[in-house]
Amino acid sequence: MALPQTIPLLGWSWDDLIFVVLAGVMLGGALMVVIGRNIIRSGLYMILSFAALAGFYVLLGAPIVAAAQVLIYIGAISVLILFAIMLTQSKAGPSNLVFHHQAWAAGVAAVGLAVLLLIVILFTDWPAEVADGVAAGTAAIARLLFSDYVLAFEIVSVLLLAAVIGGVFLAKREEALDPGERQVDEPTLARQPPPDRPRGVAASEGP
Amino acid sequence: MSQSLDAYLILASLLFAIGTFGFLARRNAIAMLMSIELMLNAVNLAIVAFGAYVPALAGHGALIALFVMAVAAAEATVGLAIVIAIYRNKRTPLVDEYASMRE
Repeated sequence: MALPQTIPLLGWSWDDLIFVVLAGVMLGGALMVVIGRNIIRSGLYMILSFAALAGFYVLLGAPIVAAAQVLIYIGAISVLILFAIMLTQSKAGPSNLVFHHQAWAAGVAAVGLAVLLLIVILFTDWPAEVADGVAAGTAAIARLLFSDYVLAFEIVSVLLLAAVIGGVFLAKREEALDPGERQVDEPTLARQPPPDRPRGVAASEGP
Repeated sequence: MSQSLDAYLILASLLFAIGTFGFLARRNAIAMLMSIELMLNAVNLAIVAFGAYVPALAGHGALIALFVMAVAAAEATVGLAIVIAIYRNKRTPLVDEYASMRE
């Protein structure tokens, strides 16, 4: 069964329908991220927004970017953010006051920025044609990555290593910061066993 | 509609504006980081759209978007680690109670 060339009632092409649906999902998800009261739901709506964005990348003929979007954003960053949410929320639940008192100023700034960007976009003549070789696919991109962009590739790998080390260092508990202190503590702990566990029990457990 | 650069750029600018509002208005530090991710994604959408429509950028756009994703992953790692480290001292994720860092 073949699909008709255009959508029967609206007269749009199928790409247009996909575009409109993805745009609605992406912008609606982003709005729910920003104005949602429950922050865990904000995180889940962010995943929805990222997924719609992956659909846009497919529509634009960049499947490798769509795959990376799913792997990196949905698979890694969203899970990291959800874990951070669960680590930092107090037991009192979501707070009543979601926004700052100056939220109206933020709204004015955001609307002003959107209007400015829309004016710039609508009053500029952009190239209307899809470029040749856009569907140049993953092989061409990989060739470009390891020829022209190889220096940037290496720098990004070093940056990621530095970020991993920095993240581990920052999120580490401070008790483990100084290894010298633990070596001092261990003999005193051995000399004074906790009162609820007498020494004879620990010794009798040996083979 | 889906075959014009304007539509994608309008979409990217709307997403960027939403992210800007979230970053400026939310009180929760992690919600602010999520808004930053939305803004980075908006820029990525614009980059990929330019890569698809400008002949000189064919292929380069997708690569630059991949680099932006890698840097965003590094940013999220360090940013969330900083938020968790502050939370461990302050016991709150709300940024307007972090005012003691001003002094």
